[in-house]
Amino acid sequence: MSALNIKKGSTSHSAYDLRDSHSQAEESHTLAVIVENEPGVLARVIGLFSGRGYNIDSLTVAEVDHTGHRSRITVVTRGTPSVIDQIEAQLSRMVPVHAVHDLTAEGPSVQRELALIKVAGKGDARIEALRLCEIFRAKVVDSTLESFVFEMTGPPEKIDAFADLMRPLGLKEIARTGVAALSRGA
Amino acid sequence: MTRSMTGARMVVQALKDQGVEVVFGYPGGAVLPIYDEIFQQNDIRHILVRHEQGAVHMAEGYARSTGKPGVALVTSGPGATNAVTGLTDALMDSIPIVVLTGQVPTFMIGTDGFQEADTVGITRPCTKMNWLVKDTAKLAETIHQAFHVATHGRPGPVLIDIPKDVQFANAEYTPPQKAKVDHYQPRVKGDIEAITRLVEMLEVAERPILYTGGGVINSGKAASQLLRELADATGIPVTSTLMGLGAYPASGKGWIGMLGMHGLYEANLAMHGCDLMINIGARFDDRITGRITDFSPKSKKVHIDIDPSSINKVIRVDVPIIGDVGHVLEDVLKVWKARGRKVNKAGLAKWWAQIEDWKRVNCLAYAPGEKTIKPQYALQRLEALTRGRDRYIATEVGQHQMWAAQFLSFDEPNRWMTSGGLGTMGYGLPASIGVQIAHPEALVINVAGEASWLMNMQEMGTAMQFRAPVKQFILNNERLGMVRQWQELLHGERYSSSWSESLPDFVKLAEAFGCKGIKVSDPKDLDDAINEMLAYDGPVIFDCLVEKHENCFPMIPSGKPHNEMLLSADADAFKSGAVLV
Ligand SMILES: Cc1ncc(C[n+]2csc(CCOP(=O)(O)OP(=O)(O)O)c2C)c(N)n1
Ligand SMILES: [Mg+2]
Repeated sequence: MSALNIKKGSTSHSAYDLRDSHSQAEESHTLAVIVENEPGVLARVIGLFSGRGYNIDSLTVAEVDHTGHRSRITVVTRGTPSVIDQIEAQLSRMVPVHAVHDLTAEGPSVQRELALIKVAGKGDARIEALRLCEIFRAKVVDSTLESFVFEMTGPPEKIDAFADLMRPLGLKEIARTGVAALSRGA
Repeated sequence: MTRSMTGARMVVQALKDQGVEVVFGYPGGAVLPIYDEIFQQNDIRHILVRHEQGAVHMAEGYARSTGKPGVALVTSGPGATNAVTGLTDALMDSIPIVVLTGQVPTFMIGTDGFQEADTVGITRPCTKMNWLVKDTAKLAETIHQAFHVATHGRPGPVLIDIPKDVQFANAEYTPPQKAKVDHYQPRVKGDIEAITRLVEMLEVAERPILYTGGGVINSGKAASQLLRELADATGIPVTSTLMGLGAYPASGKGWIGMLGMHGLYEANLAMHGCDLMINIGARFDDRITGRITDFSPKSKKVHIDIDPSSINKVIRVDVPIIGDVGHVLEDVLKVWKARGRKVNKAGLAKWWAQIEDWKRVNCLAYAPGEKTIKPQYALQRLEALTRGRDRYIATEVGQHQMWAAQFLSFDEPNRWMTSGGLGTMGYGLPASIGVQIAHPEALVINVAGEASWLMNMQEMGTAMQFRAPVKQFILNNERLGMVRQWQELLHGERYSSSWSESLPDFVKLAEAFGCKGIKVSDPKDLDDAINEMLAYDGPVIFDCLVEKHENCFPMIPSGKPHNEMLLSADADAFKSGAVLV
């Protein structure tokens, strides 16, 4: 380890070592972030994710306390446990953030998403779509002779499953709200 | 009593109520109403800079050397974008500053108006918090909140964007006592169980080390005092990051020098070999840890930090303590004393013997120059000729910065201003002016590289105008020295664009600014030249021509562990032929 042998300028001595130090398996977590409802807060939260290279799988936001001006942001994110811890810590220290709850870590939670699904078709396909709609307890909120718009609420996986079934039956368009979630129990 | 006033007047009133004495700024269309108010009062001094980046670095220098928030005022558009580097610098180094920007009138926002920029959008990632104020009634309260946020918790830069119509409109002024600083009250007291755990570990540790950082300085003078008490009472060796120099005195018996990429051999080896690492207000920066997987493999780690996101971000620790350094150290001392002031005496004695052994490597040794001034020598002479004076040091970024950290000693906090996290060339000159404005009688020196210094040299005009007698001590190697060093050691000696070509004549430049220029190239003239600089009552540009190809050692190439450090061929270890591990 002397300066002398490296001083020769051999390029085999790369100074760069960019290995990932601890690789753990990724997990999906749903975070509820309670924020002050003021301009720029959502941008700040999203900027944290993009700036630090975290994932956003789904994001919903709305004011939930009109008098207290609080909004609730629900983020579904993915990462190794240490990354999830970091995300939580990074969110918590933001000035306009009041609280962060990791709903996945804190116990069972209810997760719901709303989707509108447009399916076009005729004949048997149309009948099959309507039958599946009933099985999945979706609602028809618009219909023409050649199309339906289904409305459905449920956990994201259920919407995925329904959308998969609709694909061969003439799925045209899908709009999803992203996940809203609450912990179970009092 | 309600007081109605214009937004512009509110700005000045709110600054006064926050105890602000100096604002560093540059006018423009979108802040003219505020400048008009500044003109009509005498409580707040305005320092007219030459570039908005300079204003922000001056505010940083002011803040670092006083512990109070620094304030900058700039116009919309280009004024705001010029402030971005300073904001990012302050964010990385946790410096409390408040930046006020003008904005086009609210009704023009979004129309690509003249000098419109999305200032809050651009500065969101480089501020701790920022606000666009659209209603004059909320302006004063927002300014008070901004000061609160900048100075509480982990300090940092905040920005308030104020459209011109908001500055003209009238509303009722909210005094600081009535402003709600709402929920932002980060916790300062550490968990007492974790603190007790730390004390238990400290009592038995054989090879403990205190790894201190800028958090000690940010916590305030009391924190530095408590650190001294803890280190001296326990006999645990102290090292510090670049940011923390001065928190524990360099003359203290526990001091083993700076650690990190260009830290001392003994400090880095002690970090590598310790069995208990107590991180106090530092953040395991990659310039400190080297290769993560090999970082201090045998130690238990405790981390005291006010920012929960610093915990386990880079290095997993055994005992995290979230709180303000001052508060936590106070409790650590209390618990340690109550439990009978125990330490592992035998272990510590062996540990110190080992550290003394490492010190014998003499890692800062260099071959003295006969005809040329070695940069290390220049700093040693500067140190010798200024020691004992009321001295503040700023630096630029590069080799000279690392040598300054190695060869100058600091016995007090807030005496050392350097861009650590962002490594901003061009920081030092304006920072030194900010320091001098805060401490008019003190000796303020910017240790600079010629290349960095050129980046904000226009601020010499500010120094002249406001009679800030800053000494610009340029270690001129006619090279982007640090870049050249990496190219020599790591890129096959291919010196791609690391020459400082077409340099100005610094003495003539000084004359052009109306200050004093001194040039020195012979080691035997150095002392006289430094004394001449110190004796001159005014700004000085000191052009110290130094050895062009000196490398800064020790060096841990990035991504290498601490025990794979490069040492200078002049270190004693090589003279004696010793083999190092
Ligand atoms: C704004 C900025 N641009 C580029 C760099 C990369 N950089 C780091 S040190 C350095 C060379 C500095 O040269 P000089 O100021 O003369 O100092 P020396 O290393 O020669 O002492 C450069 C280009 C930087 N840190 N900051
Ligand atoms: Mg240079």
